[in-house]
Amino acid sequence: MQINWFTVIAQILNFLVLVWLMKRYLYKPILDMIDAREKKIAGQLADAKATKSEAKAEQDEFNKKNRVFDQQKNALMDKAIAEVGVQSQKLLAEAKNNARALQDKLEKAAKDQQADVNHQREKETEKEVFAITKKVLADLADVDFEAQSVHTFIKRINGIKEAEKATFIKALHSASGPILVQSAFDLPEKQQAEIKSAVTKILGAQPSFEFKTAPGLIGGIELTTKGYTLGWSITAYVNSFEKSIGEAGKQIPVTGKKHHAIK
Amino acid sequence: MNMTPDQTVFWSHGFVTINLTLVTTWGIMLFMVIGAKLITRNLRSNNKISRWQCMLEMIVTGINEQINEVGLAKPELYIGFIGTLFLFVVMCNFWIILPWYVPPTGSLSTTTALALCVFLSVPYFGIQKSGIGGYLKTYIQPTFIMLPFNIISELSRTLALAVRLFGNIMSGVMIIGILLSITPLFIPIVMKALGLLTGMVQAYIFSILATVYIAAAVQESVKKDKKIKQQNQTTN
Repeated sequence: MQINWFTVIAQILNFLVLVWLMKRYLYKPILDMIDAREKKIAGQLADAKATKSEAKAEQDEFNKKNRVFDQQKNALMDKAIAEVGVQSQKLLAEAKNNARALQDKLEKAAKDQQADVNHQREKETEKEVFAITKKVLADLADVDFEAQSVHTFIKRINGIKEAEKATFIKALHSASGPILVQSAFDLPEKQQAEIKSAVTKILGAQPSFEFKTAPGLIGGIELTTKGYTLGWSITAYVNSFEKSIGEAGKQIPVTGKKHHAIK
Repeated sequence: MNMTPDQTVFWSHGFVTINLTLVTTWGIMLFMVIGAKLITRNLRSNNKISRWQCMLEMIVTGINEQINEVGLAKPELYIGFIGTLFLFVVMCNFWIILPWYVPPTGSLSTTTALALCVFLSVPYFGIQKSGIGGYLKTYIQPTFIMLPFNIISELSRTLALAVRLFGNIMSGVMIIGILLSITPLFIPIVMKALGLLTGMVQAYIFSILATVYIAAAVQESVKKDKKIKQQNQTTN
């Protein structure tokens, strides 16, 4: 167990050579590579940090824009709601006005219809009254209705007051045409003469006459000159009767439909 | 029975002797250099690396950390020497798993050579750090009376390094040889495993002691430098 000094020297040299070779082929490449990787990782971390900060900035920007957008959206929504409210109020008012106008139109149409019905009924009533009166007078007093009508008309001519008489004369003088005498029936010559005589007596002059038959004047006679009319018919009586019937008729609705007022 | 591989001589001419120790050492050196060259041939710095690269990185960074933990702030300056020391002893002791293999570390010449390398490396790194004067002054610290004791300490620890490694490895080889002749089955395998463990531990001890010696020399120099700087600052 002795030391071989050549081996010692050789082993020292071997070891030193090995140190040099290992530094060259093992430690240096490995350490350089580890340093490169550390730098690479550090660079990646720096990039990640920069990207993160960039992403954070973008996120903040996005959030800011989002908030602004929300505010604008809310403002627009509020504005739209207000405009819709105004528009709806306007449309509602317009609809109410239209409904009211339609209701008024309906009411007017109903009134017109009522007036037509009343007028028709008045005419029919006049005809009926005329026919009944004519028959009653013929049956009970053996009196001709037409003759009696003429008689009553003449009495009326004779009974006009002075003021009315002046108006009649004035109208007669200003008229260029003849005095128009209309009757519901054909006047015989005798009765035409009696009327002419009564008028002449009042006026003190002989005017010209024109006699016409007007079925609308139910059971009546009417004398017309410019702006002045004098007449008698059973229409006045019928009107009185109609008035009383009309007041009673107001209690009954014109149609079966009930109109609701639109608020 | 040969006690050491030095006794197996292949060629001799006067002082020059080519024995089993040298031949085995060259083989191990060749294996280490070729292995390092092959593995570091395709090093990659990205995240996908080969298993061999990963293994080497672990070894190198592990040695670096050990050096750093002992107290050397810049391990990359010392890893060439200390790392090679560790890996060489590991490689020498590792192949005892092969039959008929005799480790070079079982030769007192080899361990002496390694211990002398450590002995010389301590002043080398110390002088490199703080100059020859600064290093030599560490021998008279804390007082000049300590000079002979420091010199004796240097020599004795070098001797201890050489003999410790040689004794452990040689005794392991001897025990295995003896057991092979007594009980050739099983027991030698267990003893080889134990010898492998002992070899690894001895490699660690040898290299860590070398690191401690170097660190002590370097840190003494550094402390001295700091003290001188502080004194200069106070006088200025």
